[in-house]
Amino acid sequence: MTSSTIDQTPGRKKSTGGTLLTLLAWLIGITMFFPILWVVLTALKTEQTAFSMTPTFIFSPTLESFKSALAQGSGYWHYALNSVITAVGSTLVGLALAIPAAYAMAFYPSKRTDFTLVWMVSTKFIPAVGVLIPVFLVYRSLGLLDTRLGLTMLFTSMNLPIMVWMVYSYFRDIPVDIVEAASIDGASTAQTMFRVILPLALPGLASTGLLALILAWNESFWSLTMTDYHAATLAVYTASFKSGEGLFWARLSAASVLTIAPIVVLGWFAQRQMVRGLTFGAVK
Amino acid sequence: MSDPSSNPSSRQRAPTKRLMAPSVLFLLVWMIVPLAMTLYYSLQDYNLMMPDMRGFAGFLSYELLFTDPVFWDALLNTLLLVATCLLVTVVAGLALALLFNRTFVGRGIARTLAISPFFVMPVVTGLIWKYMLLDPVYGLFSWVMRSMGFEPIQWLSSYPLLSVVMMISWEWTPFALLILLTGLQSLPEDQLEAVRLDGANRWQEFRHIVLPHLGQVLYVVIMLESIFFLTSFAEIYATTSGGPGTATTNLPYYIYLGAFFQYDIGLSSAAAIGAVVLANICAIFLIRFVAGNLNAGSQR
Repeated sequence: MTSSTIDQTPGRKKSTGGTLLTLLAWLIGITMFFPILWVVLTALKTEQTAFSMTPTFIFSPTLESFKSALAQGSGYWHYALNSVITAVGSTLVGLALAIPAAYAMAFYPSKRTDFTLVWMVSTKFIPAVGVLIPVFLVYRSLGLLDTRLGLTMLFTSMNLPIMVWMVYSYFRDIPVDIVEAASIDGASTAQTMFRVILPLALPGLASTGLLALILAWNESFWSLTMTDYHAATLAVYTASFKSGEGLFWARLSAASVLTIAPIVVLGWFAQRQMVRGLTFGAVK
Repeated sequence: MSDPSSNPSSRQRAPTKRLMAPSVLFLLVWMIVPLAMTLYYSLQDYNLMMPDMRGFAGFLSYELLFTDPVFWDALLNTLLLVATCLLVTVVAGLALALLFNRTFVGRGIARTLAISPFFVMPVVTGLIWKYMLLDPVYGLFSWVMRSMGFEPIQWLSSYPLLSVVMMISWEWTPFALLILLTGLQSLPEDQLEAVRLDGANRWQEFRHIVLPHLGQVLYVVIMLESIFFLTSFAEIYATTSGGPGTATTNLPYYIYLGAFFQYDIGLSSAAAIGAVVLANICAIFLIRFVAGNLNAGSQR
């Protein structure tokens, strides 16, 4: 008798209330996505159609705005290249720094390592503005302003605490016995790390890298304050539309789509994997 | 260095320092050293426009800061922004997570659509909202208002802070949704069945099983979101530029203006120290919790 009560529950969900909730979920999904869809649609319009008091939903699409955004002289490729170099660069440097630190904390824990991890996470509580002025002045005297190297290092320092945190929580899922077994077999620390641990943690490292890549690509505070042109990223490029050029909606939309598309698509694939490491393995 | 394999305890300790040193040094050089310099500058009379007038000023910058009404506006705006955005994103994120936790047709696609705003660059968010949604004449919101027979709202000039809250919440509710949904999916089904057999209603189920299960995940969401909300900059930069007046000037924007438009290093540094102190007041509570989790975790 009791089992039939349980069986009824999923059945009941498919009734009217269930259908309404399903509709609601879809409606919310579409509403949340709508501004993005709207930008894509606007990018496919002519300037006249884009800029009208009554929005047009049906129109013959044109690729003109994309063509002009990608044309030589628009500067898109220059900024895109800077975004790729600084985002990928800071992710790789970040992983190279975070992996050894997380390895030590996960497999050789001591009282001090707990403190160090908390200390690292707590550096995230120094807002970027807290270090903006000295970084600007020191960069200026070292000639690091408006350089890809300077920006990459700032992105790295911004993401490193979260990266250590994530890699640590992935490493902690690996039994310590495996490391001990490897060292009894005579493997060095480097061998254990590269041959045993890294292959096991590869999916976790990939998600950590993806999150760092997304955060660095979308970062704008440092890009806007530390770069001018040579190292300026797509954030600076799109921000330049905030004044007069913002009136050209189709062009602005095409530039926005080209700026966010790579990361939004990457995010779609990475969403599931990113969560677990961020929650200290609380969520499996 | 001596051969570490001779002694098990040194074997445990030897690699730890070498492996951690690069990260620790990197964070020291790029975060802690500049922070110390900010503290030093905040005690200096230092304006880039008047390089000769530099000298020790004591707490003069702090006195000027505390008597600057714009600073207090910025502080209040920062707190309002963080509190409102946290409330909206966590409550909406939790509601959406419960909604998306049901099995339904095309759940994967609907969920992917719903979390997409999180991956949009904040500058782009600002521009989309400013021009295509909130524009009082050509914006989509105005069109909806007009077609329903209402007067369009001048969002950015009449409700500037609310507009910024809307933008930031649109971006960050998906983050809360994503993490809380994954948390819900790890909820053991047998616990739910057990309370259902005991005759618990939906609310009791949520209150006594679901919410405690999500506790740790909720703290992680709140911690990460406070870090990002305290430093919101791009949305404001791209839309209101802190205005009208000081209505949307938050601490990051205030410091940015002070350093790059008034070139007042001393005053901006004092404000920056204020921002760090504020962030750390929030951190004290949250970090303690995370530290507690770490210890609980290592006891597993």
